[in-house]
Amino acid sequence: MSAPVHIRAVSKSFEGAKRQTTRILDGVSLTAPAGQITTILGESGCGKTTLLRIVAGLETATSGGIHIGEREVTSVHPSRRGVAMVFQNYGLYPAKTVAKNIEFPLKMAGVAPAERRTRGLAAATLLHIDHVMDRMPAQLSGGQRQRVGIARALARDPEILLMDEPLSNLDAQLRIEMRAELVAMQRRIGSTMLYVTHDQTEAMTMSDRVVVMRGGHIEQQGTPEEVFQVPATTYVAAFLGNMNLAPAPASETGAGAGTTLGVRPEHFLPADHSVPQEGDLCIEGAIEYAELLGTDRILHVRAGDTLWRARVDAALPLHERITVRARAANVHRFDAESGVRLAV
Amino acid sequence: MKLLGQLTRHLLLALGGVYMLAPIVLMLASAFTPTADILAGNYLARPTLDNFVEVARTVPLGTYYLNSVLVALATFALQLVVCVPAAYAMARLRYRGRTITVWLLGLLILIPFQVLAIPIYLIFRQVGLINTLPALILPFVGSAFAIFLLRQFFLALPGSMFDAATLDGAGTVATLLQIVIPASRPALLSLGVFTVTSAWNAYFWPSFVLSDDSAATIPFGVVRFINSDAVTAYGPQMAMATLSVLPLLLAFLFAQRQFIRGLALTGQAG
Repeated sequence: MSAPVHIRAVSKSFEGAKRQTTRILDGVSLTAPAGQITTILGESGCGKTTLLRIVAGLETATSGGIHIGEREVTSVHPSRRGVAMVFQNYGLYPAKTVAKNIEFPLKMAGVAPAERRTRGLAAATLLHIDHVMDRMPAQLSGGQRQRVGIARALARDPEILLMDEPLSNLDAQLRIEMRAELVAMQRRIGSTMLYVTHDQTEAMTMSDRVVVMRGGHIEQQGTPEEVFQVPATTYVAAFLGNMNLAPAPASETGAGAGTTLGVRPEHFLPADHSVPQEGDLCIEGAIEYAELLGTDRILHVRAGDTLWRARVDAALPLHERITVRARAANVHRFDAESGVRLAV
Repeated sequence: MKLLGQLTRHLLLALGGVYMLAPIVLMLASAFTPTADILAGNYLARPTLDNFVEVARTVPLGTYYLNSVLVALATFALQLVVCVPAAYAMARLRYRGRTITVWLLGLLILIPFQVLAIPIYLIFRQVGLINTLPALILPFVGSAFAIFLLRQFFLALPGSMFDAATLDGAGTVATLLQIVIPASRPALLSLGVFTVTSAWNAYFWPSFVLSDDSAATIPFGVVRFINSDAVTAYGPQMAMATLSVLPLLLAFLFAQRQFIRGLALTGQAG
């Protein structure tokens, strides 16, 4: 029971004070494949939540359309789109017990009480909250509350599950556990999931597809591997995995003027411990600062005007200066002006 | 030094307590003392229930109580019916002229009832409501203050709760009845405390529109009794006063916690 979501050229502008229009979304098109997790990743204010709310029907697009499977739902009421949503701050009904919260959408849909209880309990069991069914939301921990929010969303077997930063209000440790659990849950029920987050780790670990948004448009979309390994722009490169970005040094062959080089910190090899190869990018500089992460250490290497970050083995002895190299295959090139990836 | 500070603090608090409670103690003591003894200053020298007997003999207490209860409950019920939807609309619904309605509401809060009393009196006289129970109820239904109090509370409810309700298929009425009202118990309770006490204690307006005992509430009855031939009958007067505050005092004792929480909320919003 799942269907793809097609978002077609959706734009949204708000008319603010003094007749100024603010464009939140600018012709966004994407497809969330059936039965998969599609993550919309971006910083706050990039329009990702607005996009999700338009899919839910809580906001109306200024132009463009939403299709769920074969159905055009652009002007269908939210409750009849076959979508359910999970909110960052849970959105629970404070005066209802957990059981009543979970059963509420079924009650509104006119499901008989006995069946409501069975289906509510099934959803609660899936989320491991069947032992708190009689409690009020105020008596639950943050993690339990979000489980109630998810169980309520699952109760009526939605084709599409929309998640708006569902883990952002939880503790770090709980977030890591819930990440894996959410993926397992999605695999079991097979719904199409659209997952909004600003957390790149969530996007990388949970997604079948990642859509990176910035300033109301899509910067790049693809599998997590594609987006990480072949970032389409400097923005994506920096946002996912914090790539080093610097103007190409004059010595670097093959890079014309106006080229930005990108190297991931973990792709730098200490020159002393690696064999030189054709086309290596070599950086020689002074170590300004070193951050120990445990097994690895991030070195901040000053070479001319540029500060490079290199992730090396923590066991590597530290000197004042260091030479690091990156293999040609690991050096990304972007147009300095537009930030767009240059074809090799 | 620390002890001295403690002592001073407690002394001041005790003084405050005496200041607040003395009139009530005096009222209670007088109620059980013959008038002659009150005039002589011998409170409770010969405790007696005669004052209450006297009140019961001369005053239609049953009518007063019934009227007061009817007015307080009806005012609260109608307040709910009018103010909850109004406040919800102003807090959550989008409609043309919303900003203006909120401004008008703020303006209405600033107008004291005394200003409106005479126009309302004239209208009521036209339609023959003078000296009836509805005359005591209707002017206080849909009060701007109540709408404002509830609106502020509704505004503070999380937006995602309303989004969830929309997605769950609850329309405006279902959202209001099944989600907003249950979630607003503290605010509704506070409105209840406020409405019932002010309706119970109201004297200004009843003194305008009442002319005899048929629709009289307790405060009106108290004053009527004092103004009758019992001008210096302090004993029965205080007995009557005691009887007038007794129901609220009892209610307070039974529901102290909700009462105080309710008043605290009124203070926050007002």
